[in-house]
Order: sequence, then structure tokens, then C-alpha cells
Amino acid sequence: MRWAGDTVATEAVHTTFQMADHLPVLSVLVPFIAAPLIVLLGGRALAWPLAFLASAASCLISFALLMQVIDGSVISYHLGGWAPPLGIEYRIDAANAFVLLLVSGISTVVLPYAKASVAQEIPAKHHTLFYSCYLLCLTGLLGVVATGDAFNVFVFLEISSLSTYVLIALGAHKDKRALTAAYDYLIMGTIGATFFVIGIGFLYMATGTLNMADLAERIADKGANRTVKAAFAFIIVGMGLKVAMYPLHLWLPRAYVFAPSAVTAFLAATATKVAVYVMLRFAFSVFQPAFVFEVNTLEFILIPFALLAMFAASFIAAFQSNLKRLLAYSSLAQIGYMMLGIGLLNETGVTATLVHLFNHGITKAALFMAAGIFILRCGSSFFDDIRGLGKVMPWTSAAVVIAGLSLIGVPGTAGFVSKWVLVQGALERGWWWIAVLIVASSLLAVIYVWRVVEVLYLAEHKARANPFNPPLMMTVPLWIMALACIFFGLNTDLTMGAASVAAEGLFAGSTGLETGAGDGH
Amino acid sequence: MDTNTAILLSILIPSLATGTNLMFRNNPNLRDGLTLAAAVLTFLCVLNILFNEGNGTTEQLRLFTVLPGLDLAFNVEPLGLLFALIASGLWILTHLYGVGYMRGNNEKDHARFFACFSFAIASVMGIAFSANMFTLFLFYEALTVSTYPLVAHKGTPEAIRGARTYLAILIGTSIGLQLIAVVWTWVVAGTLDFTRGGILEGHIAGPMVAVLLALYAFGIGKAALMPFHRWLPAAMVAPTPVSALLHAVAVVKAGVFTMLKVGVYIFGIDFLADTGASVWLMWLAAFSIIAASVVAMTKDNLKARLAYSTVSQLSYITLGMALATSMGALGGGMHIAMHAMGKITLFMCAGSIYVATHKTDISQMTGLGRAMPITFFAFLIGALSIIGLPPLGGSWSKWLLIVGAADTGQMVMIGVLMASSLLNVAYLLPLVGRGFFLRDPDTAGPVAMAESPTLVWMPPAITAVGCLILFFFAGDILTFLSPIVAPN
Amino acid sequence: MTSDFFFGHLNYWLFIILMMTGLYIVVAKGNLVKKIVGLNIFQTSVFMFYISIGNVTGGTAPIFPLDMKIDPDVLYSNPLPHVLILTAIVVGVATTALGLALIVRIREEFGTIEEDALLELEHEISRKVNDQHGDAMGGRHSGD
Repeated sequence: MRWAGDTVATEAVHTTFQMADHLPVLSVLVPFIAAPLIVLLGGRALAWPLAFLASAASCLISFALLMQVIDGSVISYHLGGWAPPLGIEYRIDAANAFVLLLVSGISTVVLPYAKASVAQEIPAKHHTLFYSCYLLCLTGLLGVVATGDAFNVFVFLEISSLSTYVLIALGAHKDKRALTAAYDYLIMGTIGATFFVIGIGFLYMATGTLNMADLAERIADKGANRTVKAAFAFIIVGMGLKVAMYPLHLWLPRAYVFAPSAVTAFLAATATKVAVYVMLRFAFSVFQPAFVFEVNTLEFILIPFALLAMFAASFIAAFQSNLKRLLAYSSLAQIGYMMLGIGLLNETGVTATLVHLFNHGITKAALFMAAGIFILRCGSSFFDDIRGLGKVMPWTSAAVVIAGLSLIGVPGTAGFVSKWVLVQGALERGWWWIAVLIVASSLLAVIYVWRVVEVLYLAEHKARANPFNPPLMMTVPLWIMALACIFFGLNTDLTMGAASVAAEGLFAGSTGLETGAGDGH
Repeated sequence: MDTNTAILLSILIPSLATGTNLMFRNNPNLRDGLTLAAAVLTFLCVLNILFNEGNGTTEQLRLFTVLPGLDLAFNVEPLGLLFALIASGLWILTHLYGVGYMRGNNEKDHARFFACFSFAIASVMGIAFSANMFTLFLFYEALTVSTYPLVAHKGTPEAIRGARTYLAILIGTSIGLQLIAVVWTWVVAGTLDFTRGGILEGHIAGPMVAVLLALYAFGIGKAALMPFHRWLPAAMVAPTPVSALLHAVAVVKAGVFTMLKVGVYIFGIDFLADTGASVWLMWLAAFSIIAASVVAMTKDNLKARLAYSTVSQLSYITLGMALATSMGALGGGMHIAMHAMGKITLFMCAGSIYVATHKTDISQMTGLGRAMPITFFAFLIGALSIIGLPPLGGSWSKWLLIVGAADTGQMVMIGVLMASSLLNVAYLLPLVGRGFFLRDPDTAGPVAMAESPTLVWMPPAITAVGCLILFFFAGDILTFLSPIVAPN
Repeated sequence: MTSDFFFGHLNYWLFIILMMTGLYIVVAKGNLVKKIVGLNIFQTSVFMFYISIGNVTGGTAPIFPLDMKIDPDVLYSNPLPHVLILTAIVVGVATTALGLALIVRIREEFGTIEEDALLELEHEISRKVNDQHGDAMGGRHSGD
């Protein structure tokens, strides 16, 4: 057994503190430190500004990181100066940085919205704790993405999950069913995370290391070892629960519907996306395409489940009479698309998944924010309560239409780009029937989006006393997201650029220390 | 002004008009005046392009690269320029007509109406000037989305139902069929640029060509090819200016324009002829022509009759493309202009009748010609143009299509075109006859002239004259369009 | 052979039995606290699994002698899994605490912590809400 002490002696010690060198860990540390700070400082007035500053700082750092790695390079940061594979390493490449940017970006845009929304939905005494938990959740999500150590993923995953359970439960002030929703999510989420850690345990047993790059190298040497296969199964199922992959999706609709609006907007855009990222990272970087092809699981399991999710969830969404529930089921369908991209097992498919991660994130954030505004105005997001809002809340409704078009995948919006790449990926494999199915499920999306449009614009409005008018702090983030849907539908330099470089990197095999033992397809 | 600027302006100005319509919703005269100005300016931009380029084809103006190989790009070519001229020119007239109609009929929500109208025209300009199939598809979808509120405008349950059918068929075909066709084209050909002679030669062969063509033909729902034609009669619930817009200017012409672009610039007329992939389409179009005419004869509601007439006339253009000959393509292109002028006259007359008398069914319109002579006379002119009698413009496009059919040796098609003319007589002229030659049993003695408001009867009168004028300019139009089928 | 298959992999058998027990309790038991107990058993099985794989045959506790005179011939068990499990235990404790806190709140709001009673109560709420606003799936019992 080698001692960590040996490596320390030969490792260069950082004497100068260069901010730029520490960016990878700072993106996670800033919200991590801000969270208890909010609680310690106590005053309610400082809670939101501190949260916003921390989130914004994280966003800027993530952007800087993305700019550094978008050409394909990899940043390797050794936590505490301990060298991997024994020390914990933060590895930033295009895939990481892209998701980091998404998560921190969404968080920063949702926070101004949250300020007004939370003020209405959660009692004042809980506000400080709310923002603290929010930042913890952000920390957890960012940590999962940034880290290059498998067990570290579990730790941050649980940090984010635990704070998520709390955030969801805070919705109990409006509807007490949030408590049982949070409890169910806790049970299922913990089972999922524990499955994940069992998988990591098997990997450790088989290879003796926890560093993802090192794991990749050693798995490639090992070949089709039964322990490794078992580990793969546990990891995929464990993350599948977090991703809300069909049939492990049961927690999602209730969790999204009963959580406070700002929480739903944030989670819908980030939590499942981070889990998809972990799946991608493990399926392609750690286990590597060669192994994955060997196992062939993905083709026979992921694709049928993905297709099932796409159709069943869209079908159910079409029958909903509550906007938030409709959007929750729609999210399940969209996650199906992402799983389909992974299941295609080619670079284009993975690019599609990554791009859809981003595009769906901004689309759903916009839609849930709008739903939150409707709830504040009308008391609920049931269709017969939000009837006719198109006339009295034109800006919010217009944003819903734009984001809805992005959800359908109308050209000119972000959703179209990801659908196109996905169809392209399917055609590259020669599976034209999957391309047809993708298109058919988009048509289902037309049905439920158009139901919403009809309710908003073509129905009579019930006037209310003292109508709530959303402050600019709520409308501006909503419109930033809506305009982003259009912007990223036309200018895809950032999204497609990062996604294709990321997919290339993921497919090239190990993000290994030096070796590229795995062979891409 | 250089061409590229003019192209961008022709799309931007109607888009801005959307904004001003919403901004000045409470100031009707300012609002409608600004929109009129926008219409005139747009037409001037297109005229400018005409003077700059004539019937040449320009270099692509690339705005964005959305995905590698997928650009948002514009260029000018004869077919598109013709379409843009018709659309922008007729917008001016339709706008005046629309103002008169909306005020005369006391319709509600004028601002939303005109805003969507303007945005639809912006989408049409985008379609006309698109340089590749992706750009066209983008604006095609924008057109569907922007015309939906127009169809649902009245807000009644029938309007909502009609709008649902409209959207369901149009988006169903475009996302379900056309998108697949576009992606397929891109994957095999590597590009979506409109190129003379087509881009598919050598990349696809055998029965796959017919399959791809089918995906396009049925995917271009706006061309109302049977069996995806139901949206047209369903859209009749819209106010008549919308029907005039839908059935003459924007939506249907965008559909057949796309059909022609696909036939000429994606497949290439020679490629279609060589592979024989469009023979089935020819027969389907022929069937559509006859069947729709027969159905039109059974409809008493004037707008419904005109809707089915449009389905039939659109199939003329599809037939032109499917004949896979130069004359066929040119005849189809010319028919875009001729049919636009004729049909808009007919629809505006129908609207004029509705505004003046609130009558919608032909059986109610006995003797009405005496009270509304201008409207009925304009209707007669428009009808003769659709039937295809000289000296009206429609005769030339029909002639070209017959020549195109003769080129392929398809004598049956010539018979179809002739028979269709007879059927047109059967469903169009009865209204004229009933209006002028029969007496309304309820009134005795001389009938006073009671036309609709000026803004409502004047535009159809102008377009009726236009039908006449186009007859004399047909040769110029033919020369103008000829480069699209010239050998490379 | 059979005895080696069983006794040679005792830790794995223990792990599987405990894991299945824990999962069974989570799924089958209706009382929310019992579910948390089941979850704990499930997590504990994982802890034991990790620790057991860290054991090196013939190895002693991984603690260096006080005078730091390290004998190269002494075999130490792997300390890393222990460290990992400490982390995991903390996570488990936090989860349990959170779960129990949620149960307290659920008891406050609903008056019960039995799963079937809770489902009934929730269906009641959903029914009322749906009657007011129109059913989700168009059926009578849409749950939520």
C-alpha cells in the first residue's frame, strides 16, 4: 500500500495564492461558505444579497472556466495540494464546465425571482434558512459536477439532495402535501444515492482507486469483470433514480408540484440535469465506450425506457388540468430525450443530450417561473384559475408562449436545436424509426403546450380583487430565460461548441491521467 | 439601397409594424396609418430589389449559423421575388380592406388582429427570400404560429375549434412530415441550400426519391394537398380579411411556393423527370383538382365554396411541379400570381357582401347584384380569371400548365385541366347569375344601390382590374421566371 | 465447496441479507418511522460492506506505533474505506434526522404517520381540489 505521505514529499507546494489557479474549487466553495454565513449573520435583510452575490460569483467563475476549456483542454486541480489518485481531484473539461455554467447561471437568474416569490410563499421567519439551504443545494450540485473523485460525487450529491428535501418541504406552508412529497423523495433519493455508493464500493473493490480518471484506466485493463459489471448496474440504477428516468420517476411530479415556485424553477432546470451529467461521465469517461458497447445494456434498456418516458409522460401531460403538473410530466418526457441521446451511443447522441440539458434547463426555468407568477396572481395554477390571463398579464403569457414553442421544438428556438441533433444522431445510427418517434412525441408536446395557450388567450378571465402584479424582479428573470430560448436557438456557438467538444472528450475514452486506453467508436 | 439591406428591411418593417400595432392599440387611426405606411414601405423595398436584380439570383446573405451546415440565410431569385411582390403589394390592399371590414363590422380586438397580420407578412417575406430549406422551414412555422390567433380571432367556440383543426393539421404535417424530410435531405445531401438543378442528384435513388417527395408533399400542409386540406375550410371561421390573406396572399401561396421551391431547387425538374418520382403526385394533384371542385359545387356557404375552390386551384400548382417539365414549373409559378389576384378579389367580394348585408349563403344572395353592382361585377371578373378565360390573367397560367402536360405526353392531365375549368364555371358563375339575373322575391320594383363602405368595395374592384392587367403582362412574367428552369 | 461459498463470503452474505431486509422494510412497512428504520438498516449494510472489503487477511488495525518506527513487514488493513464510511455515516445520520423531522411535521399537519391513512387523507384533499377545478386525467380517482 502506498502512503499518501510519499506523494506529498515530492509534490510542489503552492506558496503563491493565485486566484485563477483555484477557480475550480472556488466555484464550489463560494456558495459553500456563504451558506452558513447567511445563518450566522442572522439578519433577514442580508440573506438575499449574500445569496445572490455568492451565486453570481459562482456563475462568473464557471464562465471563466468554460472559456478556458472550450478548446478541449482539461484543468486538473488538486484539492489541498494532494496529488491524485490518492488526493481528491477536481477535473474540469468542456462537459463539466458547460454544466457548471448552466447550474450557476440558472441559480443566479432564479434568485431575483425567488426574492419576490419567496416573500409571498414562505413565512418570513424561514427566509434566512431558505437562502442558506438554497446555497447548500447549489454547492452540492456544483460539487457533483466539478469533482473528479467518485466518492466525492456521492458526498456532494447527498449535500444537494438533503437541502433539496428541505426546500421542497418548505412548500408545506401553501399545501401540506409538500411534506409527504419531500418524504417520498427522501426515501427514494436516499435509496438511489445508496445504490450509487454500492456501485462505487464495487468499483473500489475491483480497482483500488476512487479517482475517476484512474478508475477509467484500471477498468480498461480489467475488461469484462463481473464486479465491474455489477458496479455499472448499480451506478446506472442509482443515478437513474436521481435522473427520474422511467420507471424510477415517481417522486418527481409531486415534488415539483408542491415545492415553492422558485424551488421548482431552480430544481427543474438543474437537479436532474446534474444527475444526467453524472450518468454521462460514468457511462462514457469511467466505464468507457468500449465497455459500454460490450455490456450493451444501454441500447436494450435505456432506449425503450426513454421512448416510453417520451410518449407516456407527454400523453399524461396532455390530460392535466394543472399547469405545474403538466410541466412536471413534460419534464419527464424531456428527460426521456436526454436518455435517448445517451442510448444512441454515438458522439452526436451525446452532443444532443448535452445540448438538450442546457436548452431544456432554460426552457423549463422560464415556464416554472411563469407558473409561479400565475400562482401568485390566481392562487393556483389550475387551468380554470389561470383562464384568460393572456389579456391581463401579457408579458408573462408571451414568455410562456415563447418557452412553450421552445418545448415543442419550433425552429428558431433552443428546443429545435437539440431535437435536430437528436434526430441526426438517430439517423446516423440508421435508426430512422427512432427519428420518426422523436418527431411524433414532439407532436404530443404541441397538444399540451397548445392547451396552455388556449387557456391563457382564448378563455374568459375571472377578475379578482387586489390582483397581484409581478414586480420587475420577477418578470425580468422570466424574460431573460425566454429570450435565452430564442438566442440559443439562433446562436449556438456556445452551446453546440461546448457540447460537441465535451462529447468528443467523453467519447475519446478516459479523461485519463495520460493514457487513453479506451477506444471511441 | 442595396439588395441585402432591402431584404432585411422587408422582413423588419412588418415586424416593427407588429410592435406599433400593439403599442398604439388605443389610437386606431395612428395605428392603422402606421401599418399602412409599413405596407407601402415594404412594397417599395421589394420594388427596389426588383430594380436592382431583375430576374437574377443573388449571393446568399448569411445571418446566423445555427448548426454546422444550417444557416439562416437569404437570397433573391425570380420565384421568390415574384412571391414577395405579390405578397407585399396585396398587403397594402388587404390592409385597407381589413381596416374597412373591421370597423364596418364592429369586430373586436383590432390591435391584436393587425399585429398578427403584420407578423404573418414578415414571415411571408422571410419565406420568399429564404436561401435554404432551413430558413424557409423556420419562417414557415412562424407563419403558422402567427396566423393561428387570426383564425381564432372571434373567440367563439366554432372559431376555437376551427383554429384547433388549423393548427393541428399544419403543425402536424410540418413537424411530423416536413421536418423529417428536411433532416433526411440534410443527412444525404450535406446541405439545404436552394440550388438550380437540385441538390439531391447522386445522393438518393430509386423508390426513396418518391418517399422523400411524399414526405415533402404531405409535409407542406399549407399547399392543401388532399387529404391534408381540411384546415382550409376550417379556417373560414376567421374574419374575411384573414381569409383573403390566407387564401390569396400568405398561407396557401407560401405552401405552393414551398412546393415549387422544393421541386425546382431541392429535387430539380430534370431529376424528377428522370426518376419519375413525381408521377404519383401528378395523379394525386389531378384527383385533388377534380374532387375539390366537385365538393365546392355542393357548398352553399360562399366562403366554404371559395375555400374548396382554393384547394382545387392550389393543386394546379402542385400539378405543375409534379409534371416535371419547364413549362409545368413556369405555369405553376405564374399561377401563383394569377390565382392570388383572382382569389383575393373573390374573397374580398364575399366579405363586402357580408359587411353590407350579413349574408353568407349563396341561396340568400338572390338579386343582390342589383344592390351591389360593383362587388358583383368584380366577382365576375375574378371568377372569369379563375375559370381561365381570356382576357383575364388566369387564362395564361392555365395555358402554360396545359402545354406542360402536353410536354410529358400526359393527355389525361390536359383533360383534367379542361374539365376543371368547366367545373369552375359550375361553381363560380351561379352566384353572378343569381345576383344579376334573378330577382329577390322579397323586394319589388327598382332596387337602390347599397354597396358596402368604400374601403370595402374598392380593393376588390382594384384587384379585379389587376386580373385584367395581368393578362397583358403574362409574357413579362414568363420571361421573368424563365431562369429558374434554365439549364445550369 | 458449498461451505467455502458461504463462509468464505460471509461478509457479502451479511451485506445482501441486511440490504434486502432494509429495502423490504422500506417498501412493506406502512409506518413512516419504520421506513426510516428500514432505510438505516439498508445504509448500515452498505457501511458493513465497505468496511469488510477493507480488511486485509492477516492485517492489523491501520494505526502507526507512537514512536513512528514503521516496521515494513507489518500488514495493515486498508484505512480508506473506514474514512469513506465515516462520511457516509454522517450522511446517513443527517438523512435520518431530516426524515424524522419531516415525520414530526407530517404528524403535526396530518395527525398520522401511517402510510395508508396518509394516502387516504391526501386523496381526500386531491378529490376536493379536483372537484373544484376539474379532474386531471378525466377519471374519478386521480390521486395526485
